[in-house]
Amino acid sequence: MIVDILSWISIGIGAAFILVGGLGLVRMPDVFTRLHASSVADTAGAGFILLGFMFQAGLSLTALKLVLIFVFLVFTAPTASHALAHAALLDGIRPWTRKPKDPAP
Amino acid sequence: MRHALSLFVGLYGLWLALSGHYTPFLLAIGAACTAFAVAVALRMDVVDHEGHPIHLGYRIPLYWCWLTIQILLSALTVTRIVLSPRLRIDPVLETVPSSQKSDLGKVIYANSITLTPGTLTTSVTADGLEVHALTRRGMDELKQGGMDRRVTAVEGES
Repeated sequence: MIVDILSWISIGIGAAFILVGGLGLVRMPDVFTRLHASSVADTAGAGFILLGFMFQAGLSLTALKLVLIFVFLVFTAPTASHALAHAALLDGIRPWTRKPKDPAP
Repeated sequence: MRHALSLFVGLYGLWLALSGHYTPFLLAIGAACTAFAVAVALRMDVVDHEGHPIHLGYRIPLYWCWLTIQILLSALTVTRIVLSPRLRIDPVLETVPSSQKSDLGKVIYANSITLTPGTLTTSVTADGLEVHALTRRGMDELKQGGMDRRVTAVEGES
């Protein structure tokens, strides 16, 4: 029962982070800032959802496999983001910046 | 040799975790497959301190714990930025100095930066890492060098 509640809370938090990632993806102005938004979903979002699954799995091989999914995600996600950003820069895309007359908040 | 042995133990552990069937026949098959994989890796000459960094030892799990907290904190920061009605971003692309001596240390640092929401490594240059940050504040925090020092400590003498 308590495990179920913890699991629900965790999955809820993860879903909220993924929602934020998606929202950021729409609101941000260029490819680099969008990558920042999606990294929220990659790390915190996926992490909390997998944690919620682990509560359901209990101490078992399934939980170990969920941990492995997280480990692989944590190693591959930054590689993909880096490759994307590097390719965009090489392609000559200049990062969006705040205009001087529009002072930083 | 130490690397090959630890690669064997690591791969066999992974095989055991993913298999879930423990009959003598399957255990033997798994050991044979693992040995073959290690042999191929040895032939490819990828079993070294970079591909299999066992010299980092206990320091790397401790660093991961610290990094997890950092990721959560910056995930909350980026969440606040995304949800604020006025998109309070001020992106900057600058070079951040890195004090790691080995390539492995630089990779750990660059990956940690990218993994942390709000900062993103775009390139590794001679004098440091080129980093894109979502806000000027995020860049300033990174330049204070807390993460840089920690990664250098994890890297140790190698």
